[in-house]
Amino acid sequence: MNAAAATPLDLSTLLPGFSEPARQSQSCFRLIMDATALPGSISDFADLCLTPPQGIDKAAAACLLTLADADTNLWLDPALRNSESENWLRFHTGAPITTEANTATFALISSIESAPNFGEFNQGDAKYPDRSTTILVMVSSLSGGTHLTLRGPGINDEIVIAPRGLSEKFWRERDELVAHFQFGIDLILSAGSQLVSIPRTTRITY
Amino acid sequence: MNEISEIKIDNKPPQERYYTYAYLDEQTKRMIRRAILKALSIPGYQVPFGSREMPLPYGWGTGGIQLTAAIIGPNDVYKCIDQGADDTTNAVSIRRFFATVADVATTEDTAKATIIQSRHRIPERPLQSGQIMVLQVPQPEPLRSLEPRETETRAMHAYEEYGLQYVSLYENISAYGRIAATAGYPVMIDERYLMSPSPIPKFDNPKLDMSPAILLFGAGREKRIYAVPPYTKVRSLDFEDYPFETQTWDEVCALCGSDTSYLDEVVLDDQGNHMFVCSDSHFCAERRENGHLGPLAGHSLAQKSDDSNANRVLQEGIAK
Repeated sequence: MNAAAATPLDLSTLLPGFSEPARQSQSCFRLIMDATALPGSISDFADLCLTPPQGIDKAAAACLLTLADADTNLWLDPALRNSESENWLRFHTGAPITTEANTATFALISSIESAPNFGEFNQGDAKYPDRSTTILVMVSSLSGGTHLTLRGPGINDEIVIAPRGLSEKFWRERDELVAHFQFGIDLILSAGSQLVSIPRTTRITY
Repeated sequence: MNEISEIKIDNKPPQERYYTYAYLDEQTKRMIRRAILKALSIPGYQVPFGSREMPLPYGWGTGGIQLTAAIIGPNDVYKCIDQGADDTTNAVSIRRFFATVADVATTEDTAKATIIQSRHRIPERPLQSGQIMVLQVPQPEPLRSLEPRETETRAMHAYEEYGLQYVSLYENISAYGRIAATAGYPVMIDERYLMSPSPIPKFDNPKLDMSPAILLFGAGREKRIYAVPPYTKVRSLDFEDYPFETQTWDEVCALCGSDTSYLDEVVLDDQGNHMFVCSDSHFCAERRENGHLGPLAGHSLAQKSDDSNANRVLQEGIAK
């Protein structure tokens, strides 16, 4: 499970993480919590002082620094494996990197084309649906794409989002998984310093 | 009123502190934060978490304090109530705890607070978007009194098997002619998970429905966190012929004259005299300040709480 972690870290080129972990992870968490409580609303980490390595969005990096640790398996898509990003995440979070999608607490996806079917990730247990994988998908932009109308808990009537680079097939695949509520995956889409959260309860029309 | 509603305790600068910001260590906060996010993603479902030993006994709000510690930041304004009152021992000590460990401004004013921690009431003033309500929960499992085994209640939630709860309400009607539950009245969240709203009076249940605020529930001893995101349907269980009803009173608040708030009965002497007053102390004080008078206006119970004096004593203690 932890084969990736066998390579030693090259610390000479490692970029710093949070400069004030307690304060910064608190303010980041509030942005993530607001996004999760209000699906479809955009949280912006522009004020956060953090330079993640190339390959990870600032918002996705902030999420993982805030939430991931030695207790959470992290799955990285093939494009991120053995990269500077992987070293950075391993060093700053201490999260075990896994290549088995169904054991992942968090998954970070940089290119949706090379990602596995979402059904391969942990969908949770009937009695413990909270054990499912939270999937962070990095997209090019949270605006300018196809319009999606979201409804459900956390949304006052409805809200429209337009993330770029996600096909209708992607959303149909997600629909099929969350149709088996309480099973399902919780999605976080990030682009640059912004993110939007789409938990499994959100109903999407496109 | 303003001087007690805007209390700010100046603490020592952070570098002189001998504990982590907001008391809990970062690993614990991350674990609680992950549980909060899953709780918001599956509204009404009880997420197990590794509840920590806190510097006060179980039953005094250890679940609520851990939730608050995981979310609170220096820009927050914190309010803490116990049965609606800002000035009871438990509320005052928890409020001071966070003023000391998290550098937050505290208030009694519901409108100014960003985080409201509560033991068993939701304030009368409607909650606003951007506010977070943290409720302290003694027993998170609504089915526990009907089914003692956790393995069974887990399965009942998993299969949405809530018949037993309806039977229990039906037995209430057959025994008393009405649904007799008054606090911790079970609710259905987004038509999926049965949830205990914590022992708030059922008077407060309608405030949960489509609330613009984030509602977080923490049970420290039972090690469970659950949540209701804003704008979520919260339905109190009932029957077509026995619809859900809240408590009503024939009296008005003796101090402020309110006929819309939740009232507590206060025994005045051993001659059988008693009065009804608002349970929400800030709501009542604000009304009195705006000139509303009840039948016993001016009674000694209407005197302001002197928290400012208590703060002075506390600050002297910190200075030592």
